[in-house]
Amino acid sequence: MVSAVTSRGGEHASALRSFLKRAAQFVVVLVTTLLGLIAVTFFIGRVVPIDPVIAIVGDRAPPQVYERARAELGLDKPLIEQFAIYVKKAVTGDFGNSVLTTNPVMTDIANVFPATLELATLGTIIGTLIGIPLGVLAAVRRGTLIDQVVRFLGLVGYSIPIFWLGLMGLLFFYAKLGWVAGPGRIDVTYSYLYTPVTGIVLIDTLLQGQMDAFWDAVSHVLLPACLLGYFSLAYISRMTRSFMLNELAQEYVIAARVKGLSEFRVIWRHALRNAAVPLITVIALSYANLLEGSVLTETVFAWPGLGQYITNSLQNADMNAVLGGTIVIGTVFVLLNLVSDLLYRLLDPRTR
Amino acid sequence: MTTPLLEVEDLRVRFHLRTGTVEAVRGVSFQLGRERLGIVGESGSGKSQTGRAILGLTPPPGEVTAKRLTFDGIDLLTASRRTLRHLRGGRISMVMQDPKYSLNPVMTIGEQIIEAYRAHAKSASRSEARDRALAMLEAVKMRNPARVFELYPHEVSGGMGQRAMIAMMLVTEPDLLIADEPTSALDVTVSMEVLRILDELVSERGMGLIFISHDLKLVSSFCDRVLVMYAGRVVEELEAKNLREAKHPYTQGLMRCLPTLADDVRPLPTLNRDPAWAL
Repeated sequence: MVSAVTSRGGEHASALRSFLKRAAQFVVVLVTTLLGLIAVTFFIGRVVPIDPVIAIVGDRAPPQVYERARAELGLDKPLIEQFAIYVKKAVTGDFGNSVLTTNPVMTDIANVFPATLELATLGTIIGTLIGIPLGVLAAVRRGTLIDQVVRFLGLVGYSIPIFWLGLMGLLFFYAKLGWVAGPGRIDVTYSYLYTPVTGIVLIDTLLQGQMDAFWDAVSHVLLPACLLGYFSLAYISRMTRSFMLNELAQEYVIAARVKGLSEFRVIWRHALRNAAVPLITVIALSYANLLEGSVLTETVFAWPGLGQYITNSLQNADMNAVLGGTIVIGTVFVLLNLVSDLLYRLLDPRTR
Repeated sequence: MTTPLLEVEDLRVRFHLRTGTVEAVRGVSFQLGRERLGIVGESGSGKSQTGRAILGLTPPPGEVTAKRLTFDGIDLLTASRRTLRHLRGGRISMVMQDPKYSLNPVMTIGEQIIEAYRAHAKSASRSEARDRALAMLEAVKMRNPARVFELYPHEVSGGMGQRAMIAMMLVTEPDLLIADEPTSALDVTVSMEVLRILDELVSERGMGLIFISHDLKLVSSFCDRVLVMYAGRVVEELEAKNLREAKHPYTQGLMRCLPTLADDVRPLPTLNRDPAWAL
């Protein structure tokens, strides 16, 4: 009650101070996380018994050629010095070139990440929009047929390998029924009709008014997005169900019924708004998982995304590319954490 | 007292569980006008379930039966869901035990009171509902209603929370209020204040009140009539002022266990339960 006496001006100043404090905390977390990530990835990359020099010059190169390539890559220097050089360059935004594509690593990633972003975002939207209502329904009708069906769907989504489901989906909806387009992001016919700006085909084609290309991209993304959506739906609906069961047993739910509110309002406005708080973390985590690049899905659908890029680089000892990808994923995780923190504050007054 | 507000005859609440059927309330009968009825009993005696059954809020898999369960002539057992919803909150309301759990943590107190009001006054505008909510907060003696209106439940003390709860449940001016241990979660001084406010509002508006508690002394000082429940049955019904003339051994036993200032009895007698009471 004492704080009620302090002036509004004081509240503004303290709000600004706490904002700055939080911003500083965020930067510290981001920097330490990335440094740790780089260090671990860097040293693992140097210790594993794969030789990036052989990957470039081949295993029949004469020793002089081998030594020169090794010196050019800076691999002849002590490990610690190599790491220092890498970090120093990374600070200026230079993450080295990919051995495989010879492009700067960040250029490569800027090319592949939008593809993953597009797929993961759609997958998460589908998973959330369907998963939450299903979970709520299962919790409200606990023990009934609906509940069993939802839980079964969740279990299947959990346990069926996604590449198998992807192949079956392609076989059925693309090859047999022809409802959706096949692998890839867009047909070659349309791929020169628009200029990549954001890298997200759906947005680029839409902004440039290429509706045919847009619909073609939609029909390409539909199946993999639904697949990832189903995958995250399985997780989200399960967690929603258990959070909702917990909330529905609370006293305030009974109080809401005592007030004479409709069952709809009791469930969706009172119980779900409370269950939404822990759900934020669940959705953010599942989104982050998809953003990491779902290698299997990307491979099955020939989707040129981050997962495929990193896997490819790893198999070819392209350590610069692997490190770059790791940094991007680390940043994504930290950012998503920040966003879910902010959402937490928004939805739960107790954390403000 | 012409037609009673609430008539309960042979009310039974059963829970069919995997391990067998548990009968929580076993044939409770009483009538209530615009008066204060106390229901006392230990935990598990069925007093809370009696209150919930009247509101039609027996948790599943509970089953409610009664020869008669009417509110103002409306049969609560056969009433449609719509009628029940109209009665709940609108004409019968309930103050629950602990405001820490019974208020929704993510909605402001103001929002929750407005919601209760607008659930029954459909045509009321937002500003009208706001005025009503603020007036109600004032009626429960909040020092700064406008400020409390904006607060979340975790930002107020237990006593303030319970007064907010009372405000929320009385904003629709119901005819019957069920107070289910409204002060058990509060400390003694605060609970006296809350009771005083409850008392004032109930007499001002001429409501019927069912006051559920395990505190025999409190109930007898607060109510006109007392039902003593034991193991799902009413074992004794008497005027509050005649509590000393209780006939049932359970009530007598409870009375004996109360410490008095006059003579220092050590150790205090404990209750010896006779299995025959539960039959």
